[in-house]
Amino acid sequence: MSTETAEKTQVQKPSEPILSKRRKKLITDPLVDDNPITIQVLGICSALAVTTQMQPTMVMALSVIFVMVMANLTISLIRNTIPSRVRIIVQLAIVATLVTLVNEVLKAFAFDMYKELSVFIGLIITNCIVMGRLEAFALGNKPYDSVLDGFGSALGYSWIILAVAFFRELWGSGSVFGYPVFENIAGLFGGGFSLATNGLMVSPVGAFIVLGLIIWVQRTKTGYIEH
Amino acid sequence: MELFNLAIRSIFIDNMVFAYFLGMCSFLAVSKKVSTALGLGAAVIFVLTVTVPVNWLLNEFILKEGALAFLGENFATIDLTFLRFIMFIAVIAAMVQLVEMIIEKFAPALYGSLGIFLPLIAVNCAILGGSLFMAGRDYTLAEAGVYGFGSGTGFFLAIVALAAIREKLKYSNVPNGLKGLGITMLITGLMGIAFMSFMGIDL
Repeated sequence: MSTETAEKTQVQKPSEPILSKRRKKLITDPLVDDNPITIQVLGICSALAVTTQMQPTMVMALSVIFVMVMANLTISLIRNTIPSRVRIIVQLAIVATLVTLVNEVLKAFAFDMYKELSVFIGLIITNCIVMGRLEAFALGNKPYDSVLDGFGSALGYSWIILAVAFFRELWGSGSVFGYPVFENIAGLFGGGFSLATNGLMVSPVGAFIVLGLIIWVQRTKTGYIEH
Repeated sequence: MELFNLAIRSIFIDNMVFAYFLGMCSFLAVSKKVSTALGLGAAVIFVLTVTVPVNWLLNEFILKEGALAFLGENFATIDLTFLRFIMFIAVIAAMVQLVEMIIEKFAPALYGSLGIFLPLIAVNCAILGGSLFMAGRDYTLAEAGVYGFGSGTGFFLAIVALAAIREKLKYSNVPNGLKGLGITMLITGLMGIAFMSFMGIDL
Protein backbone atom coordinates (compact mmCIF):
# COMPACT_ATOMS: atom_id res chain seq x y z
CA MET A 1 0.00 0.00 0.00
CA SER A 2 2.77 2.38 0.89
CA THR A 3 4.58 1.82 -2.41
CA GLU A 4 1.37 2.47 -4.28
CA THR A 5 0.88 5.89 -2.71
CA ALA A 6 4.54 6.70 -3.21
CA GLU A 7 4.22 6.00 -6.94
CA LYS A 8 1.11 8.08 -7.16
CA THR A 9 2.83 11.11 -5.70
CA GLN A 10 5.63 10.75 -8.20
CA VAL A 11 3.26 10.63 -11.14
CA GLN A 12 1.33 13.67 -10.02
CA LYS A 13 2.76 17.09 -10.67
CA PRO A 14 4.54 18.76 -7.72
CA SER A 15 1.78 21.36 -7.54
CA GLU A 16 -0.78 19.04 -5.99
CA PRO A 17 -3.41 21.13 -4.21
CA ILE A 18 -3.03 21.34 -0.43
CA LEU A 19 -6.27 19.46 0.05
CA SER A 20 -6.53 17.28 -3.04
CA LYS A 21 -9.06 14.47 -3.21
CA ARG A 22 -6.46 11.88 -2.23
CA ARG A 23 -5.39 13.91 0.78
CA LYS A 24 -8.96 14.49 1.91
CA LYS A 25 -9.36 10.74 1.80
CA LEU A 26 -6.41 10.38 4.17
CA ILE A 27 -8.37 12.31 6.76
CA THR A 28 -11.88 11.05 6.13
CA ASP A 29 -11.15 7.33 5.64
CA PRO A 30 -10.20 6.63 9.28
CA LEU A 31 -13.31 8.43 10.51
CA VAL A 32 -15.80 5.79 9.39
CA ASP A 33 -14.78 3.24 6.76
CA ASP A 34 -11.37 2.42 8.18
CA ASN A 35 -11.81 3.49 11.79
CA PRO A 36 -8.80 2.57 13.94
CA ILE A 37 -10.91 1.32 16.84
CA THR A 38 -13.98 -0.28 15.33
CA ILE A 39 -12.48 -1.70 12.13
CA GLN A 40 -8.74 -2.06 12.66
CA VAL A 41 -9.00 -2.99 16.38
CA LEU A 42 -6.13 -0.73 17.48
CA GLY A 43 -5.72 1.39 20.59
CA ILE A 44 -8.49 -0.18 22.62
CA CYS A 45 -6.50 -0.13 25.87
CA SER A 46 -6.61 3.57 26.54
CA ALA A 47 -9.93 3.98 24.76
CA LEU A 48 -11.75 2.28 27.59
CA ALA A 49 -9.91 3.31 30.71
CA VAL A 50 -10.44 7.06 30.56
CA THR A 51 -14.01 7.15 29.30
CA THR A 52 -16.01 7.38 32.53
CA GLN A 53 -16.31 11.17 32.11
CA MET A 54 -16.33 13.40 29.03
CA GLN A 55 -13.71 15.87 30.24
CA PRO A 56 -10.72 13.56 30.78
CA THR A 57 -11.69 11.82 27.55
CA MET A 58 -11.43 15.14 25.72
CA VAL A 59 -7.96 15.73 27.21
CA MET A 60 -6.94 12.22 26.23
CA ALA A 61 -8.23 12.72 22.67
CA LEU A 62 -6.34 16.01 22.28
CA SER A 63 -3.15 14.41 23.64
CA VAL A 64 -3.41 11.53 21.20
CA ILE A 65 -4.03 13.92 18.29
CA PHE A 66 -0.93 15.92 19.25
CA VAL A 67 1.28 12.87 19.74
CA MET A 68 0.16 11.20 16.53
CA VAL A 69 0.56 14.25 14.31
CA MET A 70 4.00 15.09 15.72
CA ALA A 71 5.23 11.48 15.72
CA ASN A 72 4.08 10.92 12.13
CA LEU A 73 5.77 14.16 11.07
CA THR A 74 9.07 13.37 12.81
CA ILE A 75 9.29 9.78 11.62
CA SER A 76 8.36 10.81 8.10
CA LEU A 77 11.08 13.49 8.08
CA ILE A 78 13.79 11.04 9.09
CA ARG A 79 12.30 7.96 7.40
CA ASN A 80 15.17 7.55 4.95
CA THR A 81 17.85 7.59 7.64
CA ILE A 82 16.35 4.98 10.01
CA PRO A 83 17.87 1.52 9.56
CA SER A 84 14.95 -0.89 9.47
CA ARG A 85 16.45 -3.20 12.12
CA VAL A 86 16.23 -0.57 14.85
CA ARG A 87 13.13 1.24 13.66
CA ILE A 88 10.90 0.00 16.51
CA ILE A 89 13.14 1.43 19.19
CA VAL A 90 13.56 4.70 17.27
CA GLN A 91 9.79 5.00 17.03
CA LEU A 92 9.37 4.19 20.71
CA ALA A 93 11.96 6.80 21.68
CA ILE A 94 10.27 9.53 19.63
CA VAL A 95 6.79 8.68 20.86
CA ALA A 96 8.00 8.46 24.47
CA THR A 97 9.59 11.90 24.19
CA LEU A 98 6.37 13.42 22.85
CA VAL A 99 4.31 11.73 25.54
CA THR A 100 6.68 13.00 28.22
CA LEU A 101 6.08 16.50 26.83
CA VAL A 102 2.30 16.10 27.06
CA ASN A 103 2.66 14.67 30.56
CA GLU A 104 4.78 17.58 31.80
CA VAL A 105 2.43 20.16 30.26
CA LEU A 106 -0.57 18.55 31.95
CA LYS A 107 1.30 18.36 35.24
CA ALA A 108 2.08 22.06 35.04
CA PHE A 109 -1.22 23.48 33.80
CA ALA A 110 -3.92 20.94 34.66
CA PHE A 111 -2.81 19.06 37.72
CA ASP A 112 -6.26 17.63 38.57
CA MET A 113 -6.53 16.19 35.09
CA TYR A 114 -3.00 14.81 35.40
CA LYS A 115 -3.96 13.04 38.64
CA GLU A 116 -7.12 11.64 37.13
CA LEU A 117 -5.54 10.28 33.96
CA SER A 118 -2.53 8.99 35.95
CA VAL A 119 -0.72 6.27 34.02
CA PHE A 120 -2.96 6.41 30.99
CA ILE A 121 -1.17 9.39 29.46
CA GLY A 122 2.03 7.35 29.71
CA LEU A 123 0.30 4.46 28.05
CA ILE A 124 -0.16 6.49 24.84
CA ILE A 125 3.40 5.30 24.15
CA THR A 126 2.18 1.76 23.71
CA ASN A 127 -1.06 2.78 22.04
CA CYS A 128 -1.18 0.52 19.02
CA ILE A 129 -2.66 3.25 16.79
CA VAL A 130 0.45 5.39 17.11
CA MET A 131 2.88 2.57 16.38
CA GLY A 132 0.59 1.11 13.75
CA ARG A 133 0.37 4.33 11.72
CA LEU A 134 4.10 4.97 12.05
CA GLU A 135 4.83 1.49 10.73
CA ALA A 136 2.19 1.42 8.03
CA PHE A 137 2.27 4.99 6.78
CA ALA A 138 4.85 7.44 8.07
CA LEU A 139 7.79 5.16 7.20
CA GLY A 140 6.88 5.24 3.53
CA ASN A 141 5.31 8.63 2.86
CA LYS A 142 6.09 12.32 2.64
CA PRO A 143 5.81 14.51 5.77
CA TYR A 144 2.69 16.46 4.80
CA ASP A 145 0.73 13.34 3.87
CA SER A 146 1.86 11.67 7.08
CA VAL A 147 0.63 14.60 9.15
CA LEU A 148 -2.78 14.34 7.49
CA ASP A 149 -2.86 10.58 8.01
CA GLY A 150 -1.95 10.93 11.68
CA PHE A 151 -4.56 13.63 12.14
CA GLY A 152 -7.25 11.54 10.46
CA SER A 153 -6.52 8.40 12.45
CA ALA A 154 -6.38 10.33 15.72
CA LEU A 155 -9.72 11.97 14.89
CA GLY A 156 -11.25 8.57 14.14
CA TYR A 157 -10.00 7.38 17.52
CA SER A 158 -11.22 10.53 19.26
CA TRP A 159 -14.81 10.45 18.11
CA ILE A 160 -15.22 6.83 19.15
CA ILE A 161 -13.86 7.40 22.67
CA LEU A 162 -15.94 10.57 23.01
CA ALA A 163 -19.03 8.60 21.99
CA VAL A 164 -18.26 5.90 24.57
CA ALA A 165 -17.64 8.57 27.21
CA PHE A 166 -20.90 10.36 26.35
CA PHE A 167 -23.03 7.27 27.01
CA ARG A 168 -21.03 6.20 30.04
CA GLU A 169 -21.22 9.61 31.68
CA LEU A 170 -24.88 10.16 30.77
CA TRP A 171 -26.10 6.82 32.10
CA GLY A 172 -23.46 6.30 34.76
CA SER A 173 -23.36 9.73 36.38
CA GLY A 174 -26.41 11.40 34.79
CA SER A 175 -24.39 14.28 33.36
CA VAL A 176 -22.61 15.47 30.21
CA PHE A 177 -19.32 17.37 30.60
CA GLY A 178 -20.22 17.68 34.28
CA TYR A 179 -23.59 19.34 33.46
CA PRO A 180 -26.25 17.50 35.52
CA VAL A 181 -28.68 16.43 32.79
CA PHE A 182 -30.62 13.88 34.84
CA GLU A 183 -31.18 16.30 37.72
CA ASN A 184 -32.53 18.96 35.37
CA ILE A 185 -34.86 16.54 33.60
CA ALA A 186 -36.15 15.34 36.97
CA GLY A 187 -36.56 18.99 38.00
CA LEU A 188 -39.02 19.55 35.14
CA PHE A 189 -41.41 17.03 36.65
CA GLY A 190 -41.02 18.45 40.14
CA GLY A 191 -41.44 16.88 43.58
CA GLY A 192 -40.15 13.42 44.32
CA PHE A 193 -39.32 12.52 40.71
CA SER A 194 -35.78 11.36 40.03
CA LEU A 195 -33.87 9.40 37.41
CA ALA A 196 -31.65 6.59 38.65
CA THR A 197 -28.11 6.27 37.33
CA ASN A 198 -26.62 2.93 36.35
CA GLY A 199 -23.57 2.05 38.43
CA LEU A 200 -22.49 -0.59 35.91
CA MET A 201 -21.70 2.15 33.38
CA VAL A 202 -19.10 3.69 35.68
CA SER A 203 -17.39 0.34 36.24
CA PRO A 204 -15.00 -1.09 33.61
CA VAL A 205 -17.68 -3.54 32.49
CA GLY A 206 -19.83 -0.68 31.17
CA ALA A 207 -17.01 0.38 28.86
CA PHE A 208 -16.76 -3.04 27.23
CA ILE A 209 -20.49 -3.27 26.67
CA VAL A 210 -20.94 0.30 25.37
CA LEU A 211 -18.00 -0.09 22.99
CA GLY A 212 -19.30 -3.49 21.87
CA LEU A 213 -22.66 -1.96 21.02
CA ILE A 214 -21.09 1.05 19.25
CA ILE A 215 -19.02 -1.35 17.17
CA TRP A 216 -22.17 -3.30 16.31
CA VAL A 217 -24.04 -0.19 15.16
CA GLN A 218 -21.05 1.20 13.28
CA ARG A 219 -20.27 -2.05 11.47
CA THR A 220 -23.88 -2.62 10.55
CA LYS A 221 -23.93 0.84 8.96
CA THR A 222 -20.69 0.38 7.01
CA GLY A 223 -21.55 -3.23 6.17
CA TYR A 224 -18.16 -4.46 7.35
CA ILE A 225 -18.15 -8.15 8.32
CA GLU A 226 -15.25 -9.84 10.08
CA HIS A 227 -14.61 -13.49 9.29
CA MET B 1 1.49 -13.27 53.92
CA GLU B 2 1.57 -9.67 52.70
CA LEU B 3 3.17 -10.84 49.46
CA PHE B 4 0.62 -13.62 49.04
CA ASN B 5 -2.19 -11.11 49.46
CA LEU B 6 -0.60 -8.86 46.86
CA ALA B 7 -0.32 -11.78 44.43
CA ILE B 8 -4.00 -12.72 44.86
CA ARG B 9 -4.98 -9.07 44.57
CA SER B 10 -3.06 -8.50 41.35
CA ILE B 11 -4.28 -11.73 39.75
CA PHE B 12 -7.99 -11.48 40.50
CA ILE B 13 -9.11 -8.18 41.95
CA ASP B 14 -6.90 -5.69 40.10
CA ASN B 15 -6.85 -7.83 36.98
CA MET B 16 -4.88 -6.10 34.21
CA VAL B 17 -7.54 -6.72 31.60
CA PHE B 18 -10.82 -6.40 33.46
CA ALA B 19 -10.00 -3.64 35.91
CA TYR B 20 -7.53 -1.50 33.94
CA PHE B 21 -8.08 -2.48 30.29
CA LEU B 22 -4.37 -3.00 29.77
CA GLY B 23 -3.03 -5.15 26.97
CA MET B 24 -6.36 -5.08 25.15
CA CYS B 25 -4.84 -5.00 21.67
CA SER B 26 -3.10 -8.34 21.96
CA PHE B 27 -5.87 -9.62 24.21
CA LEU B 28 -8.32 -9.19 21.34
CA ALA B 29 -5.99 -10.05 18.48
CA VAL B 30 -4.35 -13.22 19.81
CA SER B 31 -7.33 -14.85 21.50
CA LYS B 32 -8.71 -16.84 18.60
CA LYS B 33 -7.02 -20.13 19.56
CA VAL B 34 -6.23 -21.48 23.02
CA SER B 35 -2.77 -22.72 22.01
CA THR B 36 -1.55 -19.32 20.81
CA ALA B 37 -3.21 -17.60 23.77
CA LEU B 38 -1.25 -19.92 26.09
CA GLY B 39 1.98 -18.92 24.34
CA LEU B 40 1.34 -15.19 24.56
CA GLY B 41 0.12 -15.46 28.14
CA ALA B 42 3.26 -17.32 29.22
CA ALA B 43 5.46 -14.77 27.48
CA VAL B 44 3.65 -11.90 29.22
CA ILE B 45 4.05 -13.53 32.67
CA PHE B 46 7.74 -14.00 31.96
CA VAL B 47 8.43 -10.49 30.69
CA LEU B 48 6.39 -8.79 33.43
CA THR B 49 8.14 -10.79 36.17
CA VAL B 50 11.50 -9.66 34.78
CA THR B 51 10.79 -6.04 33.79
CA VAL B 52 8.86 -4.81 36.84
CA PRO B 53 11.71 -5.53 39.34
CA VAL B 54 14.31 -4.18 36.88
CA ASN B 55 12.32 -0.99 36.45
CA TRP B 56 11.93 -0.85 40.23
CA LEU B 57 15.72 -0.78 40.59
CA LEU B 58 15.96 1.88 37.90
CA ASN B 59 13.29 3.98 39.57
CA GLU B 60 14.71 3.56 43.07
CA PHE B 61 18.35 4.29 42.29
CA ILE B 62 18.23 6.72 39.35
CA LEU B 63 14.86 8.31 38.62
CA LYS B 64 13.19 9.05 41.96
CA GLU B 65 13.57 12.45 43.57
CA GLY B 66 16.79 12.33 45.62
CA ALA B 67 17.63 8.85 44.31
CA LEU B 68 21.03 10.01 43.12
CA ALA B 69 22.04 11.02 46.67
CA PHE B 70 24.52 8.13 46.81
CA LEU B 71 26.66 10.01 44.28
CA GLY B 72 27.24 12.89 46.67
CA GLU B 73 25.45 15.82 48.26
CA ASN B 74 25.22 17.81 45.07
CA PHE B 75 23.05 15.15 43.49
CA ALA B 76 20.62 14.79 46.40
CA THR B 77 18.10 17.28 45.01
CA ILE B 78 17.96 15.98 41.45
CA ASP B 79 14.56 14.72 40.32
CA LEU B 80 14.58 12.72 37.11
CA THR B 81 10.99 11.50 37.33
CA PHE B 82 10.15 13.11 34.00
CA LEU B 83 12.47 10.60 32.29
CA ARG B 84 10.32 7.73 33.56
CA PHE B 85 8.44 6.94 30.35
CA ILE B 86 11.41 6.92 28.06
CA MET B 87 13.61 4.96 30.50
CA PHE B 88 10.95 2.37 31.26
CA ILE B 89 10.12 1.76 27.63
CA ALA B 90 13.81 1.51 26.77
CA VAL B 91 14.33 -1.06 29.53
CA ILE B 92 11.30 -3.02 28.37
CA ALA B 93 12.39 -3.04 24.72
CA ALA B 94 15.91 -4.05 25.74
CA MET B 95 14.73 -6.75 28.15
CA VAL B 96 12.39 -8.22 25.56
CA GLN B 97 15.26 -8.35 23.09
CA LEU B 98 17.53 -9.94 25.70
CA VAL B 99 14.94 -12.48 26.80
CA GLU B 100 14.36 -13.37 23.17
CA MET B 101 18.06 -14.02 22.60
CA ILE B 102 18.47 -16.04 25.80
CA ILE B 103 15.48 -18.23 25.05
CA GLU B 104 16.64 -18.74 21.48
CA LYS B 105 20.04 -19.88 22.72
CA PHE B 106 19.09 -22.11 25.65
CA ALA B 107 15.56 -23.30 24.93
CA PRO B 108 14.99 -23.51 21.18
CA ALA B 109 11.76 -25.47 21.64
CA LEU B 110 10.27 -22.74 23.83
CA TYR B 111 11.55 -20.14 21.38
CA GLY B 112 9.73 -21.92 18.60
CA SER B 113 6.43 -21.59 20.42
CA LEU B 114 6.93 -18.13 21.98
CA GLY B 115 9.18 -16.62 19.32
CA ILE B 116 6.65 -14.68 17.30
CA PHE B 117 5.01 -13.17 20.39
CA LEU B 118 8.08 -11.76 22.04
CA PRO B 119 8.59 -8.72 19.77
CA LEU B 120 4.86 -7.97 20.07
CA ILE B 121 5.20 -7.77 23.82
CA ALA B 122 7.46 -4.71 23.78
CA VAL B 123 4.47 -2.64 22.69
CA ASN B 124 1.93 -4.36 24.91
CA CYS B 125 0.44 -1.77 27.26
CA ALA B 126 0.19 -4.33 30.07
CA ILE B 127 3.98 -4.41 30.38
CA LEU B 128 4.50 -0.64 30.51
CA GLY B 129 1.36 -0.29 32.63
CA GLY B 130 2.73 -2.78 35.15
CA SER B 131 5.90 -0.73 35.55
CA LEU B 132 4.02 2.57 35.80
CA PHE B 133 1.62 1.25 38.43
CA MET B 134 4.57 -0.15 40.35
CA ALA B 135 6.25 3.27 40.31
CA GLY B 136 3.07 4.98 41.47
CA ARG B 137 2.45 2.64 44.39
CA ASP B 138 5.77 2.65 46.29
CA TYR B 139 6.34 -1.10 46.34
CA THR B 140 9.45 -2.74 47.78
CA LEU B 141 11.63 -4.88 45.49
CA ALA B 142 9.99 -8.14 46.62
CA GLU B 143 6.54 -6.64 46.20
CA ALA B 144 7.46 -5.39 42.74
CA GLY B 145 8.49 -8.91 41.72
CA VAL B 146 5.32 -10.46 43.10
CA TYR B 147 3.20 -7.73 41.52
CA GLY B 148 4.83 -8.35 38.12
CA PHE B 149 4.23 -12.08 38.36
CA GLY B 150 0.68 -11.64 39.66
CA SER B 151 -0.48 -9.20 37.02
CA GLY B 152 1.11 -11.37 34.33
CA THR B 153 -0.80 -14.36 35.65
CA GLY B 154 -4.01 -12.32 35.66
CA PHE B 155 -3.48 -11.49 31.97
CA PHE B 156 -2.68 -15.16 31.25
CA LEU B 157 -5.93 -16.34 32.88
CA ALA B 158 -8.00 -13.73 31.08
CA ILE B 159 -6.62 -14.38 27.60
CA VAL B 160 -6.79 -18.19 27.90
CA ALA B 161 -10.38 -18.03 29.17
CA LEU B 162 -11.41 -15.68 26.36
CA ALA B 163 -9.70 -17.88 23.75
CA ALA B 164 -11.55 -20.93 25.06
CA ILE B 165 -14.88 -19.11 24.81
CA ARG B 166 -14.11 -17.84 21.31
CA GLU B 167 -13.22 -21.35 20.12
CA LYS B 168 -16.68 -22.54 21.16
CA LEU B 169 -18.25 -19.44 19.66
CA LYS B 170 -17.29 -20.48 16.14
CA TYR B 171 -20.35 -22.70 16.04
CA SER B 172 -22.86 -20.07 17.06
CA ASN B 173 -24.85 -17.79 14.82
CA VAL B 174 -23.76 -14.23 15.57
CA PRO B 175 -25.36 -11.21 13.81
CA ASN B 176 -23.15 -9.94 10.97
CA GLY B 177 -22.21 -6.58 12.46
CA LEU B 178 -21.40 -8.15 15.80
CA LYS B 179 -19.05 -10.81 14.41
CA GLY B 180 -15.46 -10.73 15.60
CA LEU B 181 -14.65 -7.62 17.63
CA GLY B 182 -18.19 -6.70 18.68
CA ILE B 183 -19.13 -10.00 20.26
CA THR B 184 -15.67 -10.28 21.82
CA MET B 185 -16.16 -6.94 23.57
CA LEU B 186 -19.53 -8.06 24.92
CA ILE B 187 -18.05 -11.36 26.14
CA THR B 188 -15.20 -9.49 27.79
CA GLY B 189 -17.78 -7.31 29.52
CA LEU B 190 -19.58 -10.39 30.87
CA MET B 191 -16.27 -11.90 31.99
CA GLY B 192 -15.57 -8.60 33.70
CA ILE B 193 -18.82 -8.92 35.66
CA ALA B 194 -17.68 -12.37 36.78
CA PHE B 195 -14.33 -10.98 37.88
CA MET B 196 -16.08 -8.13 39.73
CA SER B 197 -17.30 -10.69 42.24
CA PHE B 198 -13.71 -10.97 43.50
CA MET B 199 -13.98 -7.39 44.71
CA GLY B 200 -15.86 -8.67 47.72
CA ILE B 201 -12.73 -10.41 48.98
CA ASP B 202 -11.16 -8.30 51.68
CA LEU B 203 -7.40 -8.73 51.84
